[in-house]
Amino acid sequence: MKSSLAKSTPVLVFVLLLAAIWEAGTTFFDIPHYIIPKLSDVLLSIWDNGRLLGKHFAVTLGEALLGLGISAVFGTLAAVWIESSGLAKKTIYPLIVASQTIPIIALSPIMVMWFGYEIGSKVAVVILFTFFPIAVNTADGFRAADPDIGELMRTMGAGKRQLFLKWKIPSALPGFFTGLKMAAAISVGGATLGEWLGGESGLGMYTKRSSNLLRGEAVFSGVLLLSLMGIVLFLSVQWAERAILAPRRSLKNKDSQCERGKLL
Amino acid sequence: MSEANENERHNALSVRGLTYSFPGEPTLFEALDFDIKQGEFVSVLAASGMGKTTLFRLVAGLLFPQSGTIAVGESQDSAAAASKLGKVGYMPQRDALMPWRTVLDNAALGLEIGGTTRREARRRVLELLPEMGLAGTEYKYPDELSGGMRQRVSFLRSLLGGGELLLLDEPFSALDAMTRVSMQEWLLQVWEQHRKTILFITHDADEALLLSDRVLVAAKSPVSILKEIEVTLPRPRTYETVMNENFIGLKRELLGHFEWDGGNSKGRSL
Repeated sequence: MKSSLAKSTPVLVFVLLLAAIWEAGTTFFDIPHYIIPKLSDVLLSIWDNGRLLGKHFAVTLGEALLGLGISAVFGTLAAVWIESSGLAKKTIYPLIVASQTIPIIALSPIMVMWFGYEIGSKVAVVILFTFFPIAVNTADGFRAADPDIGELMRTMGAGKRQLFLKWKIPSALPGFFTGLKMAAAISVGGATLGEWLGGESGLGMYTKRSSNLLRGEAVFSGVLLLSLMGIVLFLSVQWAERAILAPRRSLKNKDSQCERGKLL
Repeated sequence: MSEANENERHNALSVRGLTYSFPGEPTLFEALDFDIKQGEFVSVLAASGMGKTTLFRLVAGLLFPQSGTIAVGESQDSAAAASKLGKVGYMPQRDALMPWRTVLDNAALGLEIGGTTRREARRRVLELLPEMGLAGTEYKYPDELSGGMRQRVSFLRSLLGGGELLLLDEPFSALDAMTRVSMQEWLLQVWEQHRKTILFITHDADEALLLSDRVLVAAKSPVSILKEIEVTLPRPRTYETVMNENFIGLKRELLGHFEWDGGNSKGRSL
């Protein structure tokens, strides 16, 4: 714990430095508040509107988590399907990979047409954003399973079920977590976009409405909270990943793992 | 072991008329016969590309022969590949340890698949760890172990998982020379204690002679005859044996079985 704090010290100092530059710069150059508000005004705005922002925060977080959860379940099921069926591997998998090039933003308005202005369309947009990384990375994890281990288990008389439980699933876990981390990071963006398309609550709606009113400090306070939400979601998944996968990595690999974690 | 005793022993493996080729490739084995007796340590010596690993996969039941039979154990009648799965302890060239399992749970894999409870499987592994030279490693993960130690775990897994017959596919080929010597001595020691039937594949003549009761030489492709050399050196053997005059004589005889072709064909050197 101590060492992880020591490792994150440089980035924390850097963030504080950026904050100081922000505050000093906006004051010194007298930048209009609707272009870039002062950091102190943004923080003050968060403080003043705590209750309201808390409510919007909860709404957006709920949409993101619900979409993320559904994607985790169906993305994993899709990966299992791709893994267990040769036909699905040849037809569904390439399609899922190719679909990642579709600009999801362009598809999002359709979700409103299908699911209306309530929470349904927001969750649907989150699923659009998060389903593919989970499905593709988990499927890749299955594919990366060491064939030597599978063969060895077969010589020991292992059946399909044992192969799946004792070989395929543990092999796919790292891929699944990679997908889930990516999904967690972008789920907040999906929820925000869903709210922009129409809605009564949530931080996305709040920033858009504030922007229409040229209230810079309110827009930025929304953005800050959305970023915070994304970071917290990402770190939660990373924490779970480490708790589950850490034992299988040796001490010497743990350091490089931390290095990677810091980059993200 | 006396001659009479020798004949009484059952065949642990009996191969008759084995023919196999991969689709569109030259035949690897043609009408191949050989037997291995219970408790025997037999090496198959062949150059790369002769189908050593394919032979193992056939014996383990991962591949089906195009013709001929491969019988494991006493049940000479049943030649179905499906029945062989689970009967043979296969130790692959790469250790194929599960990085997410401890030494204890890796070694227990075969028992677990065979239906032993996890608790009982762990108990039996723990019992064997000290004599395998693995005492104290039970809760380590594979990437905390050296190459030699990983192969010991892999061997223990095959020993516990399979039946009477162990197939060892060049298990020490990836190790550095020093480690290889110590692993060979280790295997000799373990084998003298357990006396399982071992079929060992290698391309190292010294290794084959040092370890085995018999060496089978696959000299030319397709393999239809395995030339046989009885290794009469007394046991227990150590690495000192390699310097012995009888050993050198056997090695000369062994290498004489290979048909040298001047190195201009696909025949890679030993």
